[in-house]
Amino acid sequence: MDHASLGWWGVPLAVLAGAIRVSTPFLFVSLGECLTEKSGRINLGLEGTLVMGAMSGYATAYLTGNPWAGVLVAGLAGSLLGVLHAAICALERVNDIAVGIALMLLGTGLAFFLGKPFIQPQAPQLPAIPFGWWSGSAQVRSALDINPLFLVGLALAPLLLWGLRTTRWGMVLRIVGESAEAARAMGYPINRVRLLATAAGGFFAGVGGSFLSLSYPGSWNERLSSGQGITAVALVIFARWDPVLCVWASLLFGGAGALGPALQSVGVTQGYHLFNAAPYVLTLAIMIATSSSRHRLAGAPAELSVTR
Amino acid sequence: MNVMSRIIPPASLPAGPPAPGLEAVAITKRFGAFTALDAVSLKLRPGTVHALLGENGAGKSTLVKCIMGFYRPDEGAVVVDDREVVIGDPRAAQTHGLGMVYQHFTLVPRMTVLENLVMARASVPAVIDWRAERRRLADFLATMPFAIDVDAPVATLAAGDKQKAEIVKQLYLNARVLILDEPTSVLTPDEADETLGLIRGMALAGRLSVLIITHKFREVMAFADDVTVLRRGRLAGSGAVADHTPDSLARLMIGDSSTAVPVERRGPAGMAARLRIAGLRADDDSGLPALHGVDLTVNMGEIVGVAGVSGNGQVELVQVLAGQRAATAGSVQVGGEPYRATRAEMRRHKVHCLPEEPLRNACVPGMTVAENMAFRSFDEPPITRGGGWLGGWWLDPAAMRRAALDLIARYRVKTTGPDAPIATLSGGNVQRAVLARELSREVDVLIAANPVFGLDFAAVADIHAQIVEARNRGTAVLLVSEDLDELLELSDRLVVMSHGAIVHETTPAAADLTVIGRCMAGNPAHPVAPADGQRQPAR
Repeated sequence: MDHASLGWWGVPLAVLAGAIRVSTPFLFVSLGECLTEKSGRINLGLEGTLVMGAMSGYATAYLTGNPWAGVLVAGLAGSLLGVLHAAICALERVNDIAVGIALMLLGTGLAFFLGKPFIQPQAPQLPAIPFGWWSGSAQVRSALDINPLFLVGLALAPLLLWGLRTTRWGMVLRIVGESAEAARAMGYPINRVRLLATAAGGFFAGVGGSFLSLSYPGSWNERLSSGQGITAVALVIFARWDPVLCVWASLLFGGAGALGPALQSVGVTQGYHLFNAAPYVLTLAIMIATSSSRHRLAGAPAELSVTR
Repeated sequence: MNVMSRIIPPASLPAGPPAPGLEAVAITKRFGAFTALDAVSLKLRPGTVHALLGENGAGKSTLVKCIMGFYRPDEGAVVVDDREVVIGDPRAAQTHGLGMVYQHFTLVPRMTVLENLVMARASVPAVIDWRAERRRLADFLATMPFAIDVDAPVATLAAGDKQKAEIVKQLYLNARVLILDEPTSVLTPDEADETLGLIRGMALAGRLSVLIITHKFREVMAFADDVTVLRRGRLAGSGAVADHTPDSLARLMIGDSSTAVPVERRGPAGMAARLRIAGLRADDDSGLPALHGVDLTVNMGEIVGVAGVSGNGQVELVQVLAGQRAATAGSVQVGGEPYRATRAEMRRHKVHCLPEEPLRNACVPGMTVAENMAFRSFDEPPITRGGGWLGGWWLDPAAMRRAALDLIARYRVKTTGPDAPIATLSGGNVQRAVLARELSREVDVLIAANPVFGLDFAAVADIHAQIVEARNRGTAVLLVSEDLDELLELSDRLVVMSHGAIVHETTPAAADLTVIGRCMAGNPAHPVAPADGQRQPAR
């Protein structure tokens, strides 16, 4: 079987496959950012964290021969950047957004600098799970070759939702994000909670970065992320700070991103770049449709500086 | 006034171990060179209600914060149940059975009462079984005289219920000594009497010892056993409430310093309508309707007071009139012409505004006093310079400074100079500076919201006098306040706002506090017949 045999059916299939493949980094970064923002702080540096995760994960996988060690190191590198963000923001009169932008530049710059030697060699990849074994169609099989990290992210979202609602840790995190004054009156350490939330958010974003370099086709170069980290931060607002909605937002965004290549594969070449812009147009349209100048965003943590 | 004084404790309350007493012994607290508390002692007897009186800045909050472990006193000791204790932080206070209810609510607004109460405990399990916690809380509430919906998000509760939730929280945390900081400042008179009555009942039953910070003599006389009065960080007097009268307490509070004599309202209010609001509607920050058709007229030379519990649309009303919020329906007219609160219209109709929290709503905190004082006049001569087509482009900083120096002197603003950032001034002086800016020009309409909130006696008398003087000059004044006494003293006419509509109108002379209280709470005994269908809140 080849492309032509599926005809136009190839488009929705490619969009679905794209949704699953492209959404993974969005999913991890948005879940991490969701956690950080729930504590009342915004970390715009996750773009840098993502690139740093991609580089450190790839390098570790190449040096150790174990891609899962790469995933772990990518997460740890992400937490380190998260801790740095939180530590600077804990100082008085420091703006978390400005620190985030600085860390975004630091993260990408550092990754480019340290990653130079790893552009050429080939590191081992994360093995995909062939969920399409039952199908005779090569297209279906390749679409259903699902990376295990996607499944981890899928499981993580409801786990986070449950954790935020029913565990002491989750409740404390939300109290700190909803009302610093109440948290202080209850004796909860605001800065420490935010530090841990930012470190955890950085870990997730780092793992998301390792997906970029360690999943098919698997390589490290400086053009690996095209603003996916920043886009994921916007997805959190779009998902109204709900981890499970983050999954849907990531899938929607991933699917929209796959629209251009999918149409190209069936011979629609006109407006290719226009279709590639679909995710951004979609985000813009949804944000405009769901926002209002007259009231606050529903669900926004009350301590978040951008929504205050 | 129907005060539920000297309540008999309900027999159903289970008697636990008797509540402990609390003593503060010769507490001194200095901040740098400033002595906030000078060897102040206070003795709260077990099972009694003790009132702590004093002006703003007298040291009431500092004393209580020393007791609760927010501050470490430089000298002195805290004694709980006849044992000296060292309280390093509020959590430690909790373990000694001390609980404090703050003036500003400390519950997380978007979480439910249940979530708030469970999370306030000293130890919370790692994974919370909400169903079991809910059952336990319901059992606990069954032993309490307070009824409260534990599943409601705190933001949706009425102010009285929020205050009850705060008190229930302390009791749930096993507080036996309850400290209440201005507990009735956001409540209607009825809500205040109910809450204080319940608290007093629990004290009489021996379950609680209560320390109430307040400035309302009525509450001291009706609900407290003992009283301690502070003045400028020193003990001014203490003893049994029965030995005092409101007058003697007032003398202890303000000392011998004479206060400004209130300015008399001279002459009858004018008959010509200056500000006319009709069917005004507006949404709040969350996009929900906050004003449900407000109809209100203010005449020349008249002060119309707007009473109401905060959160009933007063903030939105003032914001619409000040141009900070767009109305969704209805009209505002000034001097017979439509008014949309643009700068040009404000200037033409001489509409001036004294919003609440002036530092936030009427100032740019980082700019200087002179610049802030020039906000109304910086784009006109004499502050602007130059003629021809460049007219009005150049500012004259020297003229701005001169104008500011004049206002600072006339309105007695205490500042290091016109070049100090306005955020460095104290609350009363920021208020004076804004008042100077708003009243120094010709004013036809003045909108004032809680103009003396948090100020001391001298500043209050001063600002009240300025407002009454403006009225006597013919200004139409809309005075929005949460302080009923202030409104009764200043207003020519008094209206009550509830659920975003005017529900009652009276004059201070004919005012019936019971009716006003019920209207404030949203359930008038004799509902005002609405002039049209729009008066009633659209539910």
